[in-house]
Amino acid sequence: MHKNIVLEVNHLKQYFPIKTGVLRRTTGRVKAVDDISFEVHEQETFSLVGESGCGKSTTGRTILRLLEPTEGDVFYNGRNLLDYSKRDFRKVRRDLQMIFQDPYSSLNPRMTVKQLLIEPVLTHKLASKKEAEKMVIAIAEKVGLSTEQINRYPHEFSGGQRQRISIARALIVKPKLVILDEAVSALDVSIQAQILNLLIELQKEFKLTYVFISHDLNVVRHVSDRVGVMYLGQMMETAATDTLYERPLHPYTQSLLSAIPSHDPSVKKKRIILKGDVPDPSNPPSGCPFHLRCPKVHDRCKIEKPIFKESEPEHWVACHLYDNEELSLQP
Amino acid sequence: MKEFFVKLSHDKVGIMGFTGIFLVVIIGLFSPWIAPYSPEKMFTSHVMEGPSSQFLFGTDEFGRDILSRIILGTQVSLKVGLISVGIGASMGLLFGLISGYFQGKVDSIIMRVMDVLFAFPDILLALAIVAVLGPSLSNTMIAIGIVFTPVFTRTVRAAVISVKESEYITSAVAIGVSPVKIIMKHITPNILAPFIVQISLALSGAILTEAALSFLGLGIQPPNPSWGGMLDASRTYMEFAPWTILFPAAAIVFTIFCFNLFGDSLRDILDPKMRKS
Repeated sequence: MHKNIVLEVNHLKQYFPIKTGVLRRTTGRVKAVDDISFEVHEQETFSLVGESGCGKSTTGRTILRLLEPTEGDVFYNGRNLLDYSKRDFRKVRRDLQMIFQDPYSSLNPRMTVKQLLIEPVLTHKLASKKEAEKMVIAIAEKVGLSTEQINRYPHEFSGGQRQRISIARALIVKPKLVILDEAVSALDVSIQAQILNLLIELQKEFKLTYVFISHDLNVVRHVSDRVGVMYLGQMMETAATDTLYERPLHPYTQSLLSAIPSHDPSVKKKRIILKGDVPDPSNPPSGCPFHLRCPKVHDRCKIEKPIFKESEPEHWVACHLYDNEELSLQP
Repeated sequence: MKEFFVKLSHDKVGIMGFTGIFLVVIIGLFSPWIAPYSPEKMFTSHVMEGPSSQFLFGTDEFGRDILSRIILGTQVSLKVGLISVGIGASMGLLFGLISGYFQGKVDSIIMRVMDVLFAFPDILLALAIVAVLGPSLSNTMIAIGIVFTPVFTRTVRAAVISVKESEYITSAVAIGVSPVKIIMKHITPNILAPFIVQISLALSGAILTEAALSFLGLGIQPPNPSWGGMLDASRTYMEFAPWTILFPAAAIVFTIFCFNLFGDSLRDILDPKMRKS
């Protein structure tokens, strides 16, 4: 089971300062991403799931240094991405692309599709202008846009078509890793399926590695090889998709999965209803971040923060319930 | 460009503004040939005469033809308007882009300087600058340019900040586009609409400021004709010779009105949501 690790995130932290008063003094910090670690293997789809505000998008953006992390390391093919200067990192960006949630705001409204697609090629000096135009036509066809559509402006397209443009824009430079930040959440269900299938096809064809950020558990199950569950900026559980959906270990994952609506209304599912709200990330609870709402909470959870560890092979969890079977080393 | 005129032709108000400006520009360009008389020629036997077939707009206190003076004044007004707004707009665009994109310390420094300039009333600041530099045509233009810089800087900065938060800018950063290219290709085209509207407003504002400066005697120096100077000269006689003040004032109003109409229609045309391939 030794696969090539493409991306390794180590103890990544992203704190946003809260500034108040006339002097803009930092009075607190929002711990959007609080010490998370995970690996992504070559050509797999690794999903990050969690409620809104749990820090999954921030994680994605921090990996690509769209936000500079507070602490931690991000290794891409063994090199620490945070060691690059901003200028040098621009060259590395070719390998690491991102697709955004909202296809209505992620495309410059004043550029035609052709201009939008040619820009990454010319930015990374991958081809002459003439060849670049050929590449544009090729990639447009790949994502299902016709040649005559490439001279139009983004507002002339539907949401699904725009997302195809975004995909083409990310893939035209032949990246290795693509971060999909809620890439299909803004689309309606029938279009979602089309785009997801397109993404899966393209992944096979271009041998891509995906980091798929989503809150939609059904979509995640459909596309992912492995899944990481986040809560309040922390990683709760990481496992292969089937393992996670069949045998979730963490009480949070269990309650999350119990919330998936069933396709068959006659089947009565046991819903685990959580009490209360997600705590304020600027003032997270002591001990386990989930202890205030956990149905299986015990005294230890309130004081001691559980360590994220491999409780079963390839199945990592941060919960005191599984402390007895300590099998493995720390990450 | 062709597309632009097609769009304009569908907008009646825009055509009115554009035609008006076109007229004013033509008059300005060909004023020495259009004017029936020399603006400085005094008809001593026709002092302060009302409109007649010989002098369409009447004559002033020295017997000079008001129509000719207005026509020659067009040139001055347009020149001052265009050049001073050019100065103000380009400085404002530069500072606004830098300020809005990089933010932080640079932003604070630029914006505090602009705040200081902004704190003075337009006319007072322009007067002060002209008083320091000395009254002349070019100094008037520089003064008005400086007066308009803070407005442009603020307009551009605000637009840059809002555009900068859009996801397409993040997307360009993620692709690896350099900051200079992001500013040039992604931000600038998307802030043009408020910028151009601001230019059209500033053009009329600059013409007004020039008129005000000339009215106060610190702008264009007599005997050179300028609309503001004409207002100044005729203000003492306006009760019994209203034509001396009415026609120059009408020229100012007409020009400003046309620029505003045109600016409005420009904004609509430049809105990408109205654009079709």
